Amino acid sequence: MFNEFFSRQDLLLIKPAVLLALFGCGILLTDLLHERRHKYLNAVTALLGLGFTGVQLALIQRAMSAAGYSEVSGFSGGLVVDGFALYFTWIFLIATAIAILFSVRYLEVENEHHGEYYALMLFSLVGMYFLATAMDLITLFIGLETMALSVYVLAGFLRGDRRSNEAAMKYFLLGAFSSGILAYGFSLLYGLTGSTNLRAVADALVARPSGDPVVYLALITTATGLLFKVAAVPFHQWAPDAYEGAPTSITGFMSTAPKAAAFAFLLRVFLVPLAPLRPAWEGLLVVVCVLTMVVGNLAAISQNNTKRLFAYSSISHVGYMLLGLVAGNETGLKGIAVYLLVYVFMNLGIFTVLVALRRKDIIGDEIEDLSGLFFKNPVSAVFMLIFLLSLAGIPPTAGFLGKYFIFLSLIETRHYVLAVIAVVFVVVALYYYFRLVVMMFMREATDPERLNISPGVAVALAITLAMTLVIGIYPEPFIRLAAGSVLVPFR
Amino acid sequence: MTVPISWYLILSAVLFVMGVAGFLFKRNIITIFMSIELMLNAVNLSFVAFSYVLRQLSGQVFVFFVMVVAAAEAAVGLAIIIVVFRNRESLNVDDIELMKF
Repeated sequence: MFNEFFSRQDLLLIKPAVLLALFGCGILLTDLLHERRHKYLNAVTALLGLGFTGVQLALIQRAMSAAGYSEVSGFSGGLVVDGFALYFTWIFLIATAIAILFSVRYLEVENEHHGEYYALMLFSLVGMYFLATAMDLITLFIGLETMALSVYVLAGFLRGDRRSNEAAMKYFLLGAFSSGILAYGFSLLYGLTGSTNLRAVADALVARPSGDPVVYLALITTATGLLFKVAAVPFHQWAPDAYEGAPTSITGFMSTAPKAAAFAFLLRVFLVPLAPLRPAWEGLLVVVCVLTMVVGNLAAISQNNTKRLFAYSSISHVGYMLLGLVAGNETGLKGIAVYLLVYVFMNLGIFTVLVALRRKDIIGDEIEDLSGLFFKNPVSAVFMLIFLLSLAGIPPTAGFLGKYFIFLSLIETRHYVLAVIAVVFVVVALYYYFRLVVMMFMREATDPERLNISPGVAVALAITLAMTLVIGIYPEPFIRLAAGSVLVPFR
Repeated sequence: MTVPISWYLILSAVLFVMGVAGFLFKRNIITIFMSIELMLNAVNLSFVAFSYVLRQLSGQVFVFFVMVVAAAEAAVGLAIIIVVFRNRESLNVDDIELMKF
């Protein structure tokens, strides 16, 4: 009886999301069976869920390449699995897996080891999957909210901690506010074009005479909502507070997987329905990019809290990535894809070290807590150094590759001034990243206790470091992967 | 005589701007949260108006989903607000400034 509504292909396309949702529900149930000291089994279940989803994704990918399709659509065009969607879904899965690996130790230290944590992570992944694959305004909106609502709760997961409460509240209020603005933009787009399908919206916008003020209102509200979600200046105020107050493991998660999902969302909307309006938004985006780089980098200089510093650093990285969209050619879009992949590994690497620093009485998120790390635990200090070099974009590491493609695309499209500004701010970024290096290598350790590296943290460190170096030294396969993910701008 | 669509859209825009203004200028968390709901209802109104004019159902379907999202947001949001209130006994956003802006 379902055959009238769903084809086999439709079911195949939502299988990854269904698996994630089922595993999330499963964790909620099996959590009740685990004793307090066996709560790490929830993490194992979550990783198993991610593994099954990965297999499912690989099967879809193989079926597509066997049939020679570059994209498969389902649900009457509402969902599209193409190279772009697959690439981003892989990023979400990998980022979440690494975040789960280092979460186990963090939650044990905090004594807040509940199964809901992992379930919420998987539920937010369901939302991310739909953000990457949706081709319809309704599906995009629901995907966004599924992701965001789970992450609001995760940000406030430490119920007794006032900073965590505050982070959740600010994140929630500003997130809901930006969703409201975005929904208003969507309603205007629907009214202007008479369709919620992204491609039909683009078609109808092409046919419309230019200069209609309602079109600009729709563009501005939609763009504001999107820029809020990626935390671009001037819509970034929520990010430092949410990042600082949230549990450290969630800050690491929030700054990678949901950020990549917000980027997938932004790229999809800017490159499909809003592509005909490119002349109108390009100038706007240039201003946002420059502001984001300036404010992100300059504000990071004066921070004394490591998590807040990395919040501003992540804002500045958003500025670099958006530059790829300003350039808008294939190199630029490929650059964004490479940059996000690399950013996920280096940023999660940093947060793995920060999680390892946390102990019962030491929060580990003031810059001073890093002092003398090299003498206490040389390995993690050297790892941290490599991640910081990569974030700054120094050649042998992966971070260089992301910046390289972005700068190349700017030069190819003759945005010389933007390229110069971007390079100048790389130097500024070096300054504040090296403040951390000075702390680690040239200060005495303030407290002598050794770091406690759990197996999960060790695996997370190994993966992130290996990827940061491998992508930097042997980039060809990753560039090819990213090239396969480039979304062709509408017309 | 039927009411022209522009009236609905103007009403929706006014409601939306009131929601934004409430969000920016009110200091009580619950009121701020209600302002967000007002914004979502403005969105609903414009969807319904458009869907009537376009003789399509997808706008009204969107309204259902916006309502679902608003309900889910209320559940999560009020839970967060209750936790905040328990830990500080205040619902004024100016008191919630442990982290500098």
